[in-house]
Amino acid sequence: MTDLAPQTATETEAPARRRRGLAWNARRHPTVALGAAILLVMIVATLFAPFLTGYDPLFLDPLKRMQPPSWTHLSGTDGIGRDVWSRTIHGGRVSLVVGLVVAVLSTVIGLLIGLVSGYSRIADAILMRFMDGLMSIPAILLAIALMAVVKASITTVIVAITIVEVPRVVRLVRSVVLSIRDQAYVEAAVIVGSRFGKILFRHILPNTLAPLTVQATYICAAAILIESLLSFLGAGTPPEVPSWGNIMAEGRSYFLLAPWIIFTPGVVLAVTVLAINLMGDGLRDMLDPRFAKRL
Amino acid sequence: MWAYAVRRILATIPVLAIVALVVFSILHIAPGDPAGVIAGDQATEEQVQAIRSKLRLDLPFHEQFILWLTSALQGDLGISIFSNRPVMALFVQRLEPTIALAVLTTIIAVTLAVPIGVLAAWRAGTAVDRGVMSFAVLGFSFPVFVIGYVLIYIFAIKLKLLPIQGYRPLADGFWPFLRHLVLPSFALGLSFMALIARITRASMLEVLSQDHIRTVRAKGLPAWRLLFCHALPNAAVPIVTIIGVGVALLLGGVVVTESVFAIPGVGRLVVDAILHRDYPVIQGVLLIFSATYVMVNLIIDLLYVVIDPRIRY
Repeated sequence: MTDLAPQTATETEAPARRRRGLAWNARRHPTVALGAAILLVMIVATLFAPFLTGYDPLFLDPLKRMQPPSWTHLSGTDGIGRDVWSRTIHGGRVSLVVGLVVAVLSTVIGLLIGLVSGYSRIADAILMRFMDGLMSIPAILLAIALMAVVKASITTVIVAITIVEVPRVVRLVRSVVLSIRDQAYVEAAVIVGSRFGKILFRHILPNTLAPLTVQATYICAAAILIESLLSFLGAGTPPEVPSWGNIMAEGRSYFLLAPWIIFTPGVVLAVTVLAINLMGDGLRDMLDPRFAKRL
Repeated sequence: MWAYAVRRILATIPVLAIVALVVFSILHIAPGDPAGVIAGDQATEEQVQAIRSKLRLDLPFHEQFILWLTSALQGDLGISIFSNRPVMALFVQRLEPTIALAVLTTIIAVTLAVPIGVLAAWRAGTAVDRGVMSFAVLGFSFPVFVIGYVLIYIFAIKLKLLPIQGYRPLADGFWPFLRHLVLPSFALGLSFMALIARITRASMLEVLSQDHIRTVRAKGLPAWRLLFCHALPNAAVPIVTIIGVGVALLLGGVVVTESVFAIPGVGRLVVDAILHRDYPVIQGVLLIFSATYVMVNLIIDLLYVVIDPRIRY
């Protein structure tokens, strides 16, 4: 089978699929539907956090320290009497914002670098050596080092994780561009005298969109994980902002007496990342059968 | 073959040079005054100045880099700002627990994940396969520290089978050493296992559809011999490659795992360095860990010829 065959198949299927509607798609791709549903619940919950929790995440009640989960405090209280459930739901804002912004930023930046790198051999030689170097540094450690030289804030966390994730996008985009650069229709465009930019954006860019969408979901999940790890280790979101990593970091010294302080944000974090990964896996199978075989 | 090996070894030099450049530049790409950030908000002008001269920030960039790189190549990674001791000495002192954790994790991950992946490929499409694949997605999604605390809660607090935290050096006896490493290794190894199991399954599926496997099957060999003696060796290259890639995951995860289980290794060194803003320590560990990753993958690349005799250069 040629490389073109699956591509044309998805293109002809696409309009038909759109007409079939949401319910059909949900049945056909249950993992995407499940992931999306969980994620939607999370987004709504964090948006309406003040109405859902009943406690201010920063309000502390020294008389009610380390209360086990009960009807008044769904997930108990932490070491200084703050409501863990309220802090967890509010903390979701940080995670979701970081995940979303990093996914968008690193996809856009990586796409631009990857297009240039895939199309120009000189730029490729320089850029890819640099990207290889960046990717040889373990992601979490690179993020830690970047955070160590700047003042901790949500913005610096986002920038640090974006720097970590960009090379992965570049490599993906570059591999797609390389496989398409020598296709007959690109050569035809060169022959009829299309300009460099037009070839890149009109003829090559659309082919990268399907794998990029999948990659963006995985990056979103990875960014949420790295943010919580950074915060847990004390190199992420500043401690006064409730975030899942921060809540868990504060719960460490009380773990034997009050494990719910760590388990509540931990489980919510894992379920969120799981939902995004499920969406990614489903989207991968849905958008591009060629990539379904890959990891 | 030897020409390839030499070329491949030489090719790591530019990668390592760029790693070194990136690791070194981090301090300089930060907006504002890095010495001021490292010194903290309460630092006096003299303290900031002391850090600046300690990190050689008053020299031009290229001179700083060359000085830093030549001393790093001689094993001198600078002086810790917090403890005033050489970073290399601090690193070597903390090395044993980290190597023990990394090696045990790799052993557990590979010995469990490969058979699981083989099983999933052999029973592709069945409930066993779906179970393995679900486990793989779960393994990717559960962060090391969450798994770590769940394992501590179940096996150390509720069942009281294993110690909660801490580390015993090998010199104190093998059994206590192992008991303290079991939970951290499983916590750290879960995502590694998920990665290996997934690739093993994919690679095995491809091999199992080939003609020679049908011949072996027709010969009537028992399933385990078919899978492990005929199919697995042919599927080995992608599996070994992903183990090499996973080393990055492992080296990053060490920092978190050691922090959860209070293991006094290199990872803890990094976490303490974060709290003290001890940049030379973070920089040194970053350089050594990245170089380790590059070297491991170099060795794996060179091993391809041994693993798969079809590969000739």
